[in-house]
Amino acid sequence: MSNYPLISLAIWTPILAGLVVLATGTDRNAPLARMLALAGAILGLLVTIPLWTGFDVAQGGMQFVELKTWIPRFNINYHLGVDGISMLFVLLNSFITIIVVLAGWEVIQQKVAQYNAAFLIMSGLMNGIFTSLDGILFYVFFEASLIPMYLIIGVWGGPNRVYAAFKFFLYTLFGSLLFLLALMYLFIQSGGSFSILEWHKLPIALGAQIWIFLAFLIAFAVKVPMWPVHTWLPDAHVEAPTGGSIVLAAIALKLGAYGFLRFSLPIVPDASHELSGLVIALSLIAVVYIGFVALVQTDMKKLVAYSSIAHMGFVTLGFFMFSAMGIEGALIQMLSHGFVSGAMFFCIGVMYDRVHSRQIADYGGVVNTMPKFAALFMLFSMANAGLPATSGFVGEFMVILAAVKFNFWVAFAAATSLIVGAAYTLWMYKRVIFGDVANHHVAELSDINNREFLILGVLAVCTLWMGLYPQPFTEVMHASVNDLLRHVATSKIQ
Amino acid sequence: MEMQKLYLLVPLAPLAGAIIAGLFCRVIPRWLAHTVTIAGVAASFIASVIIFNDVQAGNTYNGSVYTWMTSGDYKFEVGFLIDSLTTTMMLVVTFVSLMVHIYTIGYMQEDPGYNRFFSYISLFTFSMLMLVMANNFMQLFFGWEAVGLVSYLLIGFWYTRPTAIFANMKAFLVNRVGDFGFILGIGLVLAHFGTLDYATVFAKAKDFSDVTINIWGSAEWSLMTVTCICLFIGAMGKSAQVPLHVWLPDSMEGPTPISALIHAATMVTAGIFMVARTSPLFELSTTALSFVIIIGAITALFMGFLGIIQNDIKRVVAYSTLSQLGYMTVALGASAYSVAIFHLMTHAFFKALLFLAAGSVIIGMHHEQDIRKMGGLRKYMPITWITSLIGSLALIGTPFLSGFYSKDSIIEAVSFSHIPGAGFAYFAVIAGVFVTAFYSFRMYFLVFHGEERFGKGHDEHHGDHHGDHDDEETSHDHHHGLAPGQKPHETPWVVWLPLVLLAIPSLAVGFFAIGPMVFGDYFKGVIYIDHVAHPAMAHFAEHFHGAMAMGIHSLTTLPFFLALSGVALSWFFYMKRPDIPAAIQRRFSAINTLFENKYYFDKINEIVFAGGARLLGKTLWRAGDVATIDGVMVNGSAKLVGLIASVTKVFQTGYVYHYAFTMIIGLVAMISWFVLRALPLNAY
Repeated sequence: MSNYPLISLAIWTPILAGLVVLATGTDRNAPLARMLALAGAILGLLVTIPLWTGFDVAQGGMQFVELKTWIPRFNINYHLGVDGISMLFVLLNSFITIIVVLAGWEVIQQKVAQYNAAFLIMSGLMNGIFTSLDGILFYVFFEASLIPMYLIIGVWGGPNRVYAAFKFFLYTLFGSLLFLLALMYLFIQSGGSFSILEWHKLPIALGAQIWIFLAFLIAFAVKVPMWPVHTWLPDAHVEAPTGGSIVLAAIALKLGAYGFLRFSLPIVPDASHELSGLVIALSLIAVVYIGFVALVQTDMKKLVAYSSIAHMGFVTLGFFMFSAMGIEGALIQMLSHGFVSGAMFFCIGVMYDRVHSRQIADYGGVVNTMPKFAALFMLFSMANAGLPATSGFVGEFMVILAAVKFNFWVAFAAATSLIVGAAYTLWMYKRVIFGDVANHHVAELSDINNREFLILGVLAVCTLWMGLYPQPFTEVMHASVNDLLRHVATSKIQ
Repeated sequence: MEMQKLYLLVPLAPLAGAIIAGLFCRVIPRWLAHTVTIAGVAASFIASVIIFNDVQAGNTYNGSVYTWMTSGDYKFEVGFLIDSLTTTMMLVVTFVSLMVHIYTIGYMQEDPGYNRFFSYISLFTFSMLMLVMANNFMQLFFGWEAVGLVSYLLIGFWYTRPTAIFANMKAFLVNRVGDFGFILGIGLVLAHFGTLDYATVFAKAKDFSDVTINIWGSAEWSLMTVTCICLFIGAMGKSAQVPLHVWLPDSMEGPTPISALIHAATMVTAGIFMVARTSPLFELSTTALSFVIIIGAITALFMGFLGIIQNDIKRVVAYSTLSQLGYMTVALGASAYSVAIFHLMTHAFFKALLFLAAGSVIIGMHHEQDIRKMGGLRKYMPITWITSLIGSLALIGTPFLSGFYSKDSIIEAVSFSHIPGAGFAYFAVIAGVFVTAFYSFRMYFLVFHGEERFGKGHDEHHGDHHGDHDDEETSHDHHHGLAPGQKPHETPWVVWLPLVLLAIPSLAVGFFAIGPMVFGDYFKGVIYIDHVAHPAMAHFAEHFHGAMAMGIHSLTTLPFFLALSGVALSWFFYMKRPDIPAAIQRRFSAINTLFENKYYFDKINEIVFAGGARLLGKTLWRAGDVATIDGVMVNGSAKLVGLIASVTKVFQTGYVYHYAFTMIIGLVAMISWFVLRALPLNAY
């Protein structure tokens, strides 16, 4: 099985499918473009499944490794592999791609082929990010993935889309430039290697480690996003089409967090320890401060965007406590957030498609006209509030428990999300869904159709599965996380 | 092996019913929805009885069903601990739930949400059973939050009523405040014991009695004190102890059957159950027990006072529930865990009875809930009348009834306790006896005796809406209460049969259970008491000479006379001289205002916490995100964006996406070229 270049397939299948979709051209062929896009997305998921079924959970290192020379002059290689940290994200990404293709099925009527192609190509590029073991290859994928997202927001977005797209692009680009500098430095220090795995073993003095760490931190913090470089996210979400919001929340935010585990922790472990206090402080600010900010939002998408930032605060908090449960909890939180925030944005999209408003004040009593929708939205709201038996609980629970062991007051601050998270989610739910029918828009709503039900149903199954039986998910992480922790515990200062 | 399948059946049968009735609530007929759910709960009850007998025969069980998750050195499992405490709770939960299911057929018959309601109450039964059957803290927390969810759904069952959807959110959030403490307590257990499994934690507990942790500055805190107080904060939320009690009176917005099941008999006692379950931890911290007993005493007495001035039949019973939960908490603080569970059990029967009877009255009165508009109902609703009388007598602790044995045991146990706060608690529970008798019989007399005040036309009604239940969504008649000349009627058998079946244990269960449960070996090896540090139960046991003797002896004690005088005074005030209470209200208007505003808890919460949070959020958003980060930090970049945009415009002739896709295609071509070149292509 592992003789096949499975990872290359995971990357290039959606990209090629995207190019094929693009070739259908104008909107006259829109139905064909949609069918091809769906087929490509499904094929893209199918080729990733062997990565999980064939994954050796006992092994902590890279699996399904592919290594080809790319630019010999600079020793840049086409070097791919997955471990227990990255493997599930490849699957999540490929899965979410199907969801977004379906999500735009009826709503997107303009430039259908281009729209679907952008998502498919982005899906492949993101798989590339999660599997690259070469610094430059990672960087290329990392940067290239910005382009489709930029276009999705800029072309199919809301009225203020250009502003949001630029804000998104420049914010991220700004971080990436420092990241590139750090890569160059590591290239020189390692005597001419771009191999991430080589860098993991490279001894670096503490002073240099601190600088590299800060460069990584800025690059990844923008992506996560961490406080205070988060303000691009609410704007991007508000302007993005539903599919764009889903990918942004479910996958794009995970790239930065993934970077911490692949770059910061193993390459500069001493600096990571040295500056962990800073990251933990920023994470707690994200959880508490952003929680309160989410509470007063009047735009549903902004509210969920802020709630995403708060949830990602748990992720960075979990990483920098340097415990197995903290890191695994953070990874689970990332996966769960993929399902839950994706579903939340889709739910908002469902209402937006009908009423063309995202303002909470424009709704009220939706349950009267959309009972099926209200039930599913309730499930995802509860998952967003971290209710046990949903996936939203597992990661938060693990990170809070790990935090109690780390420092009681860190846990205390993080656990406030139990209250604040429930407050902003349920208050929104109450104002939008419950009550008497508020206006004629709500009175005219029709309940979700089969396509929408399918999307929400599949996401609901994932959310409940992860909540009721998270063992299959944590199981694949153990060996890699333990390797990482052993590695991070070893000083690289010589 | 067979028994383990039976253990699984207990929670899964109601779950199956809930899923069938819930997923297909729009397509299946009503009879099917109630048949599957009642069948599920009945199966669960029968299995519980079999398991109870098995446990009595000595077959306890502690085992895992499946491994939920492993992480680091920790293992989280879903599993069952079946012992006498579990089986007691299982019997109470499944029995009351079964009664409520049957009752619901009558109570909700006109409601369009009939199937959905059955689905919820079965789901609740499943959640509550998972909670009590758990063998570890993780699953306890799962059940804990799941019952909270169903409570949320049921309080907001009539989702178009503004008061209901406010009350359900309030209930959820106040419970979350408790859960905040609870999860920190669970975290402390895991951090120090390395596991969440009850048996392992309790076995190791003694080794931690002297462990201190540094929480703030240089002060060292006893680990057990911090852990137990954190856990108890969870119990305060779920079991509605002051100051986290504010959600329970509002929860009366839900349909009456769930007030009986969730907000009286079972869910609200989860906190009591949890503390009794973790007695090996609480016994290690006298400080935590003092905290528990003081909170319980405050709740028992001060919530009782509020019961006196309520005019809504359900709210009287709700405040009475708060007060009784305070009694149970006092028992826990006095290390009388078995007494707390005993009172939990008797209370479940008589309080479920009182709530369901109140519901029966509400139906009989055509959805009138104001006791000032009732009176003389005993003629029209004889079964409801008699069963209500039994429930009220049990509640006030009439000798030989079940409530007497449990409540008197609490008073006795507290009198022997010497931990800090026990003196105050003793005063509170003694004074509470009088208060309980007074408000219970005030309600009883106003509803069932005296002048018939119903059916006097609608002007009066609508001028004096209670505001909480005026916009009923159901297809009931929209005029509340009886039309002029209309008479109340007894309810159908599905409604009164549960009343009769609940009246039986309310009468008798105390007499038979007190010996084994409180003083015998029933809870041996389940509840742990450090008899040296907390000798109250040991001393109490020396004074116990059988249930009969206890009943006879009580006729000469203070609580009996207090209860008697409470009944007498309420009869005098409300049957003979109704002008006196009115005069008192005028004379002591300050106290009356304080009571009517429920000690201003709601106002303080609304202004300080809810208002404060919104203000904080707005400030952080406007000043932090919008002004500082976007305004100052991003503004510079934004100008740069403008600059770049104006430059790129010059080069940009076609569509943006054409341009960018070209870039990607170029990238693809480049990578392919290098990859292909690197491959050893022998064919060429």
